[in-house]
Parts: sequence; structure tokens; C-alpha cells
Amino acid sequence: MREISVSLLTDVVERLCIEANTKLPGDVKCAIEACRACEDGGIAQGVLDDIITNYNIADRENVPICQDTGLACVFLEIGQDVHFVDGDLSEAIHEGVRRGYTNGYLRKSVVKDPVRRGNTGDNTPAMIYTEIVPGEQVKVTVGPKGFGSENMSAIRMFKPSAGLQGIKDFIIETVENAGPNPCPPMVVGVGIGGTFDKAALLAKKAIMRPLDQPNPDPFYAELEKEMLEKVNALGIGPQGFGGKTTAIGLNIETMPTHIAGMPCAININCHVTRHKTEVL
Amino acid sequence: MEKHITLPLTEELARSLKAGDKVFLTGTIYTSRDAGHKRMCEALERGEKLPIDPTDAVIYYVGPTPAKPGQVIGSAGPTTAGRMDAYAPTMMSVGARGMIGKGYRLPEVVEAMKKYSGVFFGAIGGCGALLAKCIKSAELIAYEDLGAEALRKLYVEDMPLVVIIDCEGNDLYKLGRAAYLENRP
Repeated sequence: MREISVSLLTDVVERLCIEANTKLPGDVKCAIEACRACEDGGIAQGVLDDIITNYNIADRENVPICQDTGLACVFLEIGQDVHFVDGDLSEAIHEGVRRGYTNGYLRKSVVKDPVRRGNTGDNTPAMIYTEIVPGEQVKVTVGPKGFGSENMSAIRMFKPSAGLQGIKDFIIETVENAGPNPCPPMVVGVGIGGTFDKAALLAKKAIMRPLDQPNPDPFYAELEKEMLEKVNALGIGPQGFGGKTTAIGLNIETMPTHIAGMPCAININCHVTRHKTEVL
Repeated sequence: MEKHITLPLTEELARSLKAGDKVFLTGTIYTSRDAGHKRMCEALERGEKLPIDPTDAVIYYVGPTPAKPGQVIGSAGPTTAGRMDAYAPTMMSVGARGMIGKGYRLPEVVEAMKKYSGVFFGAIGGCGALLAKCIKSAELIAYEDLGAEALRKLYVEDMPLVVIIDCEGNDLYKLGRAAYLENRP
């Protein structure tokens, strides 16, 4: 058994909140730059040029890429042989978010009640997702999630008879409905299977997966490719002004489900698809 | 067409702008988003004066990040305009003419734009670090308790924008996409 002080987790979360918000992952930059090279319309090219200039400024000056520095989604893969000591694990994570968003000059975008509102003032609480895995390591990923894109996400409980075509139509319908709102070019995360809630979690995990790593199952890898092409054939384009690049990536995650169902969730992200991981 | 414009956004100036125009905007603008708009519209309902003079004003839908030491303002890109649709016609009815944001607007907002000669400008979403560069001064005006959503007065120079919906109701989201799909090989 390995003992880990929760204060270590606070430090890591603080650092990851700041890094994730100021440094765009390499795979996302590559995808944007590849799309810029293929785009031939003047307006679309101009938008992608500005997006590239923007993340370079953020990188150089250590400032947030986007002013919506998001709801802090914190994913923990905890080795089953780890024992956390010196305090409350969740509180340690919230403290890391509190420090990261304060010391990193990030925006505080969390309200304490969904209906009665009221800003909490420090961007807490974090959204914490935990998973117990074998081993004695802890993998921490911080993915700040902006809500212009989160608001355009959707979930549907399909009958199995809807089949693959039902899923394909739902992806297109959701992207079409999102249009310019989620700041395209977007990243589309698709979660299929599990229960109502697990499908949504899979979709969120899909947008956290690097864009240069296709689904390991060739059937779904092929489907990712096909659907990315279909989404880009819609012509919504960068910022919705028309063009080839509506999405820079489309990832699919799946899991087994019930004989009576086929849940499908689609989580939409913008071109500022942020995530940063550290292993303790 | 590329145009350099200086505020205030008079009716004449608004009428000269067409959907698809690339605009570099210079002048004083105000920031407000969900909570600020709600307060302003509630104040108007009670017959109170607004903390800003809405005449020919341009409102930027933005909630910036806090300024780091030495910065005028933090990252400051546009937020989704549709959330202000419930308030935009009221704001235009008292004289506010320009809106800067991103995303779809409801037909009733477009109707109000036609009636009051309003213009909806798009700034590039997700480019907050770049857009902050053209903000030369920022001053807190009201609703400080709203944090990022407080009302601020900004002076901007050559802020890069695109006219998304003009005062005749032409919409770049429809026109741009149709033009792309038509010309696609």
C-alpha cells in the first residue's frame, strides 16, 4: 500500500488548472493547423488564423486561451493500493481548484445553486469523477469545460431497432442544431451504451481523448472517420461563417448496455479543447 | 468589405453596415451578459435609469478573466448571444444599437434590429487572449457584486469584428454557409 498526502493532490490540481487553461494540447493544435491548410475560403482561413494567433499569445504570455475558463472537471484514476492521508480527498481537490483559479487569474464561473444562482467566487466546487483501477498510482486529469459548447450537448435513449443509422442521424442533428453557438470548429464526443448517466460520462471522456488517437476498435475508428467527414460536409465552418472545418475531431467511446436499449450522448466542445494530465 | 468604424453607432452608421462586412471598431463600448442584462431590464421595468447611457451604445457580451498585474483586462472573447435574446429587444427600445457576441439570435431579436436599426457583430469565440489586445482601457461601472458579469466600460481600438446580422435582417450564418455549399466542387 502507498500513502499519498492529499495536499500533494491540491498542488497538482492547482498547477493543472492553470496549465490547461493557458496551453492548448499539441494534438488539438495539430488538428487546427491541418484544417487551416485545407481550408480555401477567405473568411474561414481568417478565422482559423486568428484562432492560431490566439493560442500562441496565450502560450507565450501565460494568459487564458478563452475567457470561459470553465467548470473544472477533475478526473481521478486511483490505484486500489493507494491510501490518501492528511485530510479529505474531495476538499483537497476543491482547494486546488480554488488556488488555481485565484492564483492563475482565471474566471470564476460557478454558481452555488442551479436555479437560485449566486457565484461561489472561487470556481468551486470542481466536478469530480473517480475511478478505481489496479495499482498504486493516481492519474489526475483536469479538463476545464466551457459552457457555450456544453449547452449544445444532447442525450437520447434509442430503441435498439434505431441501429447505427439512428446514431449517425443523431450526431448530425446535434451538430446542425449547435451551429455557430459552440464556437466551431468543434470537437464532438460521442458516448454509446451503458445507462443514461454512463453514456453521458463516455461522451465527456471522448472529448478528453487526444484527437490523434482513434478508437482501438476498427469498427468505431472507421465510424469516427466517416462521421467527422459527414459533420464537415454540413458547411457550418469556422465560427459558423461557412467552410470546410465544422469539427476538428470526433471521438466515440462505447460500453456494453441492456438488451432493450442503446443510449447515446453527444458532448460538444469548442476548438479550445483543454485537458492536462499528471500521474502521481 | 473591410471597414474601419468609430463609435457612436449612429443610425446612419448602422445602416451602412452589411452582413459579412469585416469591421475594425474603435470607441467606447460596454460589457454585459446574463445577470447584468437581467438587472438592467428589471431597472427599466421599475422606471429607473440605467447605469449607462444606452443611446447609440454597443454592448459586448463578455465576462472577462481577471486582469493580471500590468494588464488592462484579462482574456475577453464573446459569449453566446442567444442567452441575451430575452433582453435584447428591451435594450434596443431604449437606444442601444450594437451587440457583440456569437451564435444564433431569435427571430424576435432580428425583428427588433430591423425596427431600431440594430447591428449584431460577431467576435471570434475562443479568441479571448487576442481580443484583449485591442482593449485599451477598462473601467468598472456598476454591479460589481456580479464579478465577471459586472458592467464595464471599455475603450477599444480596431477591434476585429464581422457583421453577422445587419439592420435589414441579413444573416451571415445563413449567407456564408449557403455560399460555401453552393461553390463547393
